[in-house]
Amino acid sequence: MNSQPNRLVGKGRLTPAHKVRFTFDGKSMEGLAGDTLASALIANDIHLVGRSFKYHRPRGIVTAGPEEPNALVGITRDKARHVPNVRATVQELHDGLNATSQNRWPSLAFDVGEVNDLASPFLAAGFYYKTFMWPQAAWAKVYEPFIRHAAGLGTAPTEPDPDAYASRYGHCDVLVCGAGAAGLSAALVAAEAGLSVIICDENPKAGGALRHEADVMIEGIVGWDWAKATLSRLAGLSNVRVLTRTTAFGYQAQNMVSLVERVSEHLTDPSATPVRERLWQVRARHVVMATGAIERHMVFANNDRPGIMLASAARTYLNHYGVAVGRRVGVYTANDSAWAAAFDLKAAGIDIPAIVDARADVPEALVAKAARLDIRVLVGHAVTAAGGKLRVSSMCVARADGTGETEVIPVDAIIMSAGWTPSVHLFSQSRGKLRFETETQRFLPGQHAQDASCAGACNGAADTAGALSQGIAAAEAAIAALNAKGKASTTALTTTGGTSWNGSLIGAAPGAEAGKVVKAFVDYQNDVTAKDIRLAVQEGMHSIEHVKRFTTNGMATDQGKLSNMHGLAIAAEVLGKPIPEVGLTTFRQPYTPVTFGAIVGHARGALFDPTRRTPIHDAHVKAGAVFEDVGQWKRPWYYPRAGEDMHGAVNRECVTVRKTAGLFDASTLGKIEVVGPDAAAFLDLIYTNPFMKLGVGRLRYGIMCREDGFIYDDGVVGRLAEDRFHVTTTTGGAARVLNHMEDYLQTEFPHLDVWLTSVSEQWAVIAVQGPQAAAIVGAHVDGIDMSADAFPMMSVREGRICGVPTRLFRMSFAGEDGFEVNVPADHGRAVWDALMATAEPLGACAYGTEAMHVLRAEKGFIIVGQDTDGTVTPQDAGLAWAIGKNKTDFVGIRGLKRPDLMASGRRQLVGLMSADGSTVLEEGAQLVADPNQKVPMTMIGWVTSSYWSDNAGMPIAMALLENGFARTGEKLYASAAGGAGFVEVIVRDTQFLPTQKTGADHG
Amino acid sequence: MAEPITAIRAHPLAGRVHAGSGVAITLAPEAFRINLRARADALATLSGALSVELATMPGQSVTAGNRLALCLGPDEWLVIDVKNHPLTDLAAVEVLHSAVDVSDRNTAILVSGPSAADVINAGCPRDLSLAAFPVGACARTIFGKVEVVLHRPRATVFRMEVWRSFSDYAFQLLAEAARDQA
Repeated sequence: MNSQPNRLVGKGRLTPAHKVRFTFDGKSMEGLAGDTLASALIANDIHLVGRSFKYHRPRGIVTAGPEEPNALVGITRDKARHVPNVRATVQELHDGLNATSQNRWPSLAFDVGEVNDLASPFLAAGFYYKTFMWPQAAWAKVYEPFIRHAAGLGTAPTEPDPDAYASRYGHCDVLVCGAGAAGLSAALVAAEAGLSVIICDENPKAGGALRHEADVMIEGIVGWDWAKATLSRLAGLSNVRVLTRTTAFGYQAQNMVSLVERVSEHLTDPSATPVRERLWQVRARHVVMATGAIERHMVFANNDRPGIMLASAARTYLNHYGVAVGRRVGVYTANDSAWAAAFDLKAAGIDIPAIVDARADVPEALVAKAARLDIRVLVGHAVTAAGGKLRVSSMCVARADGTGETEVIPVDAIIMSAGWTPSVHLFSQSRGKLRFETETQRFLPGQHAQDASCAGACNGAADTAGALSQGIAAAEAAIAALNAKGKASTTALTTTGGTSWNGSLIGAAPGAEAGKVVKAFVDYQNDVTAKDIRLAVQEGMHSIEHVKRFTTNGMATDQGKLSNMHGLAIAAEVLGKPIPEVGLTTFRQPYTPVTFGAIVGHARGALFDPTRRTPIHDAHVKAGAVFEDVGQWKRPWYYPRAGEDMHGAVNRECVTVRKTAGLFDASTLGKIEVVGPDAAAFLDLIYTNPFMKLGVGRLRYGIMCREDGFIYDDGVVGRLAEDRFHVTTTTGGAARVLNHMEDYLQTEFPHLDVWLTSVSEQWAVIAVQGPQAAAIVGAHVDGIDMSADAFPMMSVREGRICGVPTRLFRMSFAGEDGFEVNVPADHGRAVWDALMATAEPLGACAYGTEAMHVLRAEKGFIIVGQDTDGTVTPQDAGLAWAIGKNKTDFVGIRGLKRPDLMASGRRQLVGLMSADGSTVLEEGAQLVADPNQKVPMTMIGWVTSSYWSDNAGMPIAMALLENGFARTGEKLYASAAGGAGFVEVIVRDTQFLPTQKTGADHG
Repeated sequence: MAEPITAIRAHPLAGRVHAGSGVAITLAPEAFRINLRARADALATLSGALSVELATMPGQSVTAGNRLALCLGPDEWLVIDVKNHPLTDLAAVEVLHSAVDVSDRNTAILVSGPSAADVINAGCPRDLSLAAFPVGACARTIFGKVEVVLHRPRATVFRMEVWRSFSDYAFQLLAEAARDQA
C-alpha cells in the first residue's frame, strides 16, 4: 500500500516534507506534522478504528473534533502513561505515537463480542433492568461479572502517574471561550478597548469553522489566515493571554470558569515540559461564550458503518489536512453546508455520485452550482440504508415519501449533515435559560443568569459574517457593562464567500421511522437506536431524563453531543408533544473528559495535605520516636528503646512519669488569648464553670458545651491579668473552638468588650509531669518562686526559663505534680533540650501520646472526642461539679434542662475492670448484661478507652453505660476481639489509682 | 541559678531557599509581631504609640521605618517590626484595645521576581494584578490548603505570612508552583 494513499497533493495546510511516524494496533504508519491521529489514519485509508460498546459493531471516525463518539483509542507512551478513550480526532500526532483500538478481542476486524449484534433483540433499551432481574442468585455469580466485563471502554493504567499537574487562578475583564470567528472578533474588540482578556480554544490553533470553510475571506484575506494573524496580534498585546489546547469545561457561579490546558499531550517527549496539564480557574467580569456548533448525523439504517461521517468533518480533512475521506463519496443531508463539502471534494477530484437531500426545497443556488460541477442531485430523497460492514460500500436511496424504487449507489464513504446543534453547554452550566426556536428546531441561549454574552454559531449565527458581527456585539456589550474607558477601533469586519449553516432535521430520517426494524443509530457510543428511544417511551418513560437513563442515550463519554437532539425529537414525536414540553437533559460539567491529574493539580504526595510539625519535632526524631498522625499533626506516639516494642515503651514511660518524671510535647494544644475588660464575663458565658471570681495567676479546668448541652471541648484556662486569659483547647478542637467562641461573641454577646486571638502556634508547650517535675523545671527558671506555697497547683506565673519568656502553668493531666512550660515557639526546641538534659540524669524520660492517654485514664480524666461523642453531657461524664451552680447563663444551660438530658438511666461514663484481671478490652466493644440472650442482643453501652496499666497492674477501661453510675459492682459482658465471645467485666469508678492528695487537676 | 541558653530564634524553615525562572523564594528576617484589635475611637492613640498611622481600610497597609501595619479587618491589624517589639510601645496605652504577641506564631516567606504573582496564583484565588492588588495591598487569604496573609511591599515582591506549622507546606507549594511556567 502507498504511504498515505488518501493524502492529496496540493491540498490542505500541512507541509508534506514534515513526516511523522506513528503506530496503530502495532502497525507503523506515516502522517504529517499537524495531523490528528484521525486525519493520519484516514490518510492511510483506515476508517475502522473501534468497536461499539454494546453490540461491538465496527465503527469508524465520524467527526473531526471533540464531539467524536466512535474513534476512541488507547494512547500508550510507556507503562505508566497509558490513556484510554482518547478521541483520535483531537489527539495531535507526534513522532512515536502509539495508539491501539479498544473494545475488541482478539482483533479489530474479527471481534468475538460481535455476537451481541446478532443477539440485539435481547439487548434492547433497558436490557439491564429486565434481563438481569431473575433469578436473584444469578446476580452475583453470572450477571454482575458479565456486566462488569462488558462495561467500560479501554483499560486504565495501573502504575502511578509520573506526570506533574499545575493549577492557576486567573482574573480578567473578559474571558472568551472559543477562538473561532466570533471569539476572535470579540477578543480583538475587547482588547483594543483596553480590557484585560483571556481567550482560550480547545484546538492547537485558532479559527474554528474557518478550518473547513476554506472559501471565506475576512478583511480581504483567507479566513484561516485572518484567524492566525488575529491570534498572533492578540498574543502580542500585554492585556491579553492566549490559551490554546485549552478547554473551558465548567462554568460556576460568579463567572468562575474552569479551563484545562493540555501542555505536553502533543509533544513527542512529555518530559520536555514540567507539567502535563494545567487547570485554570478564571474569574472573569464578563464571559463571552463563542463555543460554536456541532453538526448532527443523519439517523438512518446502518448509519454507523465505517466511512460514514459528518460533512464538515470530511471538509476539514480535505481543506485542512489535505486528506480525502474516500474516492467515491455519497452525500446525505438536510442542510446547506454539506453541499459546500460536496463541492470542495468534487473540486479536489473526488467522485460525488449524488447529493441526497431529505428536504423538499433547497436553495436554487446550490442546485445550480451542483449542476455546474456535474453532480447528480436527489432533492426530496433519503438514504434508507447503508451497505457494507467493515467499511461502507453503498447507499440505498429512495424518495423521502417512501414512494418509488430504491436505488443502490456504490460509494466508499458517505458524508452527512442533519444541521447544526448550537453548543450551549457552557451557557447552560452558567444557569442561563435556553429558548427553543421552532423554525430552526434549535435550543438557543435565552436569558443570561450571569454577566456574559454568547456569540457566533452557539448563538444561532447562520454564517461567518453573522459570527463576526455577533462577536463584535458581544465585546461591545462587555465594554459597556464594564465601563471601559478605551474604544474599539474595530467596529465591523468585511467578509465574502462562505457557506450558510441553514437547514435542519432532528429525529429519525425517512426510512427509520416508527415501525421500521432497522439499526438507525441515535447515540453511536452507547449503541442507542431510534427504535430504543421509541421503546423507552412506550414502556412509560415520559420524562426525557427517564428516557435518557433507560436507554443510556447521551450517557457516554461524549455526553450526547451528537445524539441528544435526535433522541429528544424522537421521544417528542412518540409522545405527541412539542419539543420544549418534553424538555432537555442537563448539561453537566465537564464539557469534555478531564483527567483526575488536572483536578488534583499540585495536591499530591507531600502537598496532598499540610503536615504540621511542632517546633520540637526534630528532637523527637533524634530520640527515635514513633509518630502518630493526629489530624494534620505529627505527634510522638512513644519512644522505643533498643529491644522495646510499643507495649514495653509505653509501660516504661508510664511508670517513669509516676516514679520520677516525664517530658511531653504538648505544643499542638489549641491556645486562645482572650483580652478585654469583659474577658471573664465572656468566658463565664462560654464555659459551664464560673470564671468571674478566678483570681489572677490562677488556672481552672473548664468544660464547654454546645447550645444543646453536650460537651464540645475542654481545657485549662489561666488568668494572666484582670483583662487577659490564656485558654487552652484540645488539639483537634483548636480551630473550631475559636470559631465557636467568635461566633457567639459576634452574634450573641456583641456588647462585650473582648477580643480573641489564636496563639496556638505562638507557644511551644512542654509538659513536665511527675514527682521530680519541680526539680527539673526549677533548675531553669528565673523570677518565679517555685515553692508549693508561692506557686500552688492550678496556678500560672510569668517569668523566664532558660532565659526566654515563659507562661508557666503548674498543673497536671496525669494526677502528679506537674508543669506546662509555655515558651515562644522559636525557642521550643532549645528549652526542650535543656529540660531533657536535666531530666535524664534524674531517670526521667520523654513520653508520647500513648503514655499520656494511659496516664490520664489511670486518673479517670476524659478525652473529649474519645470518651465523649457529641451526645454526652457534663453530668453523663461525671463532671457535674464543673457546672457553676449559681450561674444564670452559659452556652448550653437551656439544653441541659431538656427533660431527656435530665432523665435517669442515661449513658454515663464509668470504669470497667476485666474480671480475669488480665484481658485488655477492645475500644468500641459493646456491653451486654446477658451474653446468652438471643441475637440481636440488647446492647447497653460500649468501651470508650481501654489500656493496660502497669501502674495499676491491671487492664483499665472506661465505658459509656446506660444508667452506669448505679451499676457499680455489676458484672457485665464486653464483646471480645474478633467476635470471639465475651469478656466478663465489672463496673467501677474511674479512679484506677489510689488518690493522693496533691491538689492536682488536669488539662 | 538558671543559665540563659540562647537568644537566637530557630526559624521553622531555616536555610530554605528556592530559585526558579523568574522567581525567588526566600525567608524574611525574623520579626516581632502583634495582633492588634481596637475600635475606631482608639486608633489615634494607638497610631501615636506605635508611631505608624494605622490604615482604616481592610486590605491596606502602612510602613513607617522598620514597622509595617497591615489592616486585615475593620478592627484588626497585624503589626510587624524587625527591630523593636510593638508590644513594648503599647504597654502603657490605656485606651481600649487588645494587643497579643504573635511573633513566633507566624513566619514569613518572600516571593520575588517577575513571576511572583503567577507562582502565588497557583494556590491563591486573589486577583494579584497591580490594578487589583497594588503595592502596599494586603489580604488574609488562602494558599492551597492553608491560610496566609499576603502583603505586596513592591511590584514584584510579596510577603507571605503563614503560621509556622503550615510554613513547610506553603514553601513546598511555592517551590512546586515555581517549576511551572505559563
